[in-house]
Amino acid sequence: MQPIFEVRNLKRAFGGLAVTNDVSLSMAPGDRVALIGPNGAGKTTFVNLVTGNLKPDSGAVLIGGETVTSVDAIGRVRRGLVRSFQVTRLFADMTPAEHVALAVLQRSGRAGRLFGNFLGMPGVMAEVEDLLGKLGLKDLMHRKVSEIAYGQQRLLEIAVALALRPRVLLLDEPAAGVPQSDTGRIEQALADLPADLAVLMIEHDMDLVFRFAKRVIVLAAGAIIFDGSPSEVTKDPRVREAYLGSYANASHAA
Amino acid sequence: MQTVLSIAIDALAYGMVLFVISIGLSVTMGLMRVVNLAHGAFAMIGGYIASYAARDLGIGYGFAVLLAVFGTVIIAVPIERLLYRRIYGAPELTQVLMTIGITFCIIGIANYVFGPTLKTVPLPGELQGSVDLGFRAIAVHRLFAIVCGLAVAAGLWYAIERTAFGVKLRASVDNAAMAAALGVRTEIVYAVSFAVAVGLAAFGGVVGAELLPVEPYYALRYMVTFLVVVSVGGAGSIPGALIACLLLGAIDTTGRYLMPEFGEFFFYLAVIAIICVFPRGLAGRAKG
Amino acid sequence: MTMTTTNEMTAAPPAHRRIANADLIGLAVILLVAAVGYFLFPNNLALLTRIIAAALLVLSLDLVTGYCGVATLGHAALFGAGAYAAGIASAHYGINDPLAMLAFGIVAGAVAGLICGVVILRAHGLPQLVLSIALIHLFHEFANKASSWTGGSDGLSGIAPTALFSLYEFDLWGRTAYVFGVALLVIVFLLLRLIVRSPFGMLCRGIKEDPIRIRSMGASPKIALTKMYVISGAVAGVGGALNAISTQVVGLDSLSFTMSAESLVMLVLGGTGSLFGALTGTVVFMFFEDVVSAANPFHWLTMVGALLIAVVLFAPKGIYGTAAALITRRREAP
Repeated sequence: MQPIFEVRNLKRAFGGLAVTNDVSLSMAPGDRVALIGPNGAGKTTFVNLVTGNLKPDSGAVLIGGETVTSVDAIGRVRRGLVRSFQVTRLFADMTPAEHVALAVLQRSGRAGRLFGNFLGMPGVMAEVEDLLGKLGLKDLMHRKVSEIAYGQQRLLEIAVALALRPRVLLLDEPAAGVPQSDTGRIEQALADLPADLAVLMIEHDMDLVFRFAKRVIVLAAGAIIFDGSPSEVTKDPRVREAYLGSYANASHAA
Repeated sequence: MQTVLSIAIDALAYGMVLFVISIGLSVTMGLMRVVNLAHGAFAMIGGYIASYAARDLGIGYGFAVLLAVFGTVIIAVPIERLLYRRIYGAPELTQVLMTIGITFCIIGIANYVFGPTLKTVPLPGELQGSVDLGFRAIAVHRLFAIVCGLAVAAGLWYAIERTAFGVKLRASVDNAAMAAALGVRTEIVYAVSFAVAVGLAAFGGVVGAELLPVEPYYALRYMVTFLVVVSVGGAGSIPGALIACLLLGAIDTTGRYLMPEFGEFFFYLAVIAIICVFPRGLAGRAKG
Repeated sequence: MTMTTTNEMTAAPPAHRRIANADLIGLAVILLVAAVGYFLFPNNLALLTRIIAAALLVLSLDLVTGYCGVATLGHAALFGAGAYAAGIASAHYGINDPLAMLAFGIVAGAVAGLICGVVILRAHGLPQLVLSIALIHLFHEFANKASSWTGGSDGLSGIAPTALFSLYEFDLWGRTAYVFGVALLVIVFLLLRLIVRSPFGMLCRGIKEDPIRIRSMGASPKIALTKMYVISGAVAGVGGALNAISTQVVGLDSLSFTMSAESLVMLVLGGTGSLFGALTGTVVFMFFEDVVSAANPFHWLTMVGALLIAVVLFAPKGIYGTAAALITRRREAP
């Protein structure tokens, strides 16, 4: 199958320090990939390079076979590369319905309309209700986001991302900060993601990684040191070295 | 050639006056992250005090300058305690409103006390007239302004780079929370910096009274000029402010020499062009 | 925290019906205040018309500052452009039909809005503010120097609007101008109510809260804000044209920093991010000004300054915002 998302030899250095060093990966529609790595491995820089918020020194990013390395962040979203945020970035004064409606309207090129209200727009409300219903947020759809629970806000992040109908979805620690009692709801939402969507999840929680991912990529010191199945990742000596080594250093520093 | 030299000297003098007035604004903006539109009003207060002392009371120039600097600081410190404290860390719009409110109040009061006319600060005999450099005569006052500017730049550089207070100041500018955690009493750093900034503004207001005449609308008329120094030079950067001041001084003076009719028009056009080209300032350090 | 859902919101009335009710109430209040003003101050309709023109400027400012979060101290440029365009059309080109003059004002305001928007949106924070101040000075200087067109510091005179719809002469008492102004205000108000809750209005609210989030949704904050600036310019242009038509002179003060700052004061006094707040602030401020500034313009400046400081310290949400918050709290109390 032709890859929907590809990164080729991506490099980026800050003041001589290679933070992303020759990273290549490829994903097909339907892939469920987890990107893990110890702190400081360069995950954030990698996300910024891929989404177009940072320019790489060299290398290429492709969406659906099209090179988008010189396309800005907005253009990449419009080509189907959508991300969620590690720390929820929602509009505190707006309702879940408004969030999802804004995403739906934006996707369908109607976010610049000066008249009418999404509540009365055919199709929009149906899609909003459908998406929020699937994620169990329908009954809260007209509350302000600042009034709903954090776990529900995380679900809303996923709903906003899905409303943009992505081809590639970058989930940045989708369960971060959510109490144990509520992670089940989020895992369910992840399991229900559209089957043809390529998902790259950046995650710390290994339990979640093993339940979700069919493939694990390990990033350490800016380079990919492992790309394979979840069952092999813990056995890989380089991965053990990267993780245990960093823990050893951490305990020295503390 | 003569014109070029005249322009150069005037531009240098004007730029130095700008520097003396705005460098305090730059440092406090870098430090406290407050958009302070009232800075020019403090320069104006300095000018008024010096004018009153030298012209109406007949006090000597040097003493009038001191009086202006300390008088302005004494007026400004309670304003910092009562009003500025409340807007540290507030949204930009709040800071704009508060400081423009302060500016309006000062303008109104200055007019009530001193009237709407231009006030001059009479120069002592030594600063009047001109010196002959052999090929060209230069007004002594211009030279005095240039020397003052250089002295302030050198003094500030020394204070910031070489003294214990400078270390605390730089630490607070980079990361106030961290500096506080390391035992720097940021409140005192803020208060001292604010007082020094206001004192310098007053000093600049007096020294520059020949170039920027003192009148009630002074604070509004030059507001954009002082602010643009900070936004172009980058908040908290002395070299940035110096370059910005010389650049603006050159543009303004050249405009006035060559196109007296349209001088201001081209000055504002240049300001807009510079910011559009360098939206983050020349040094790229200005925090948005 | 539980993820189980509750059903308490399902009983709430549909949001769009509540919004329509607010529109009708707002419309009724505007018309009521306008009628009361007409009968209370029959000899001072000129002042009331000036208030309406200022209200249009403040509404226009609210669009970019209140709804989009752009702090500007140069918004009078849009208003002045509208005023001068309407005035020049009449004084130099003999286009004296008030509706045609209005059209000139709207177009000029929108063009000025586009120019200011493109320039101001190039920077953020302090440089953005400096750009807005430099722009209003630039417009002011331009109008001052182009005196063969604008009359320079003497002001533009010779504006002679003909009868509205060829029926209603602009009389000495300013009755026609006042009714014309009220009608314009009502139309603009209703259009803006539609716009602020349209998809575009929602997009702008999102940009105000988090432009980076909006970018990650594939929308360009810059394009949206520029568009809002054009709309804002058209609204300010209506105000400027109304001012030119009703006073029949245009002065440099309509392109001044002071006017820009005052419009911001009015907006904040009433409450940003609300059309009702913009209207409330304008009416209170302009009446206050009329009483105080007659005495001494510098006392007036001191008062404005003190008022600003007081609003920032004691009522940061403005008059309307504070009142609305009080009412909501009372309603929510059992």
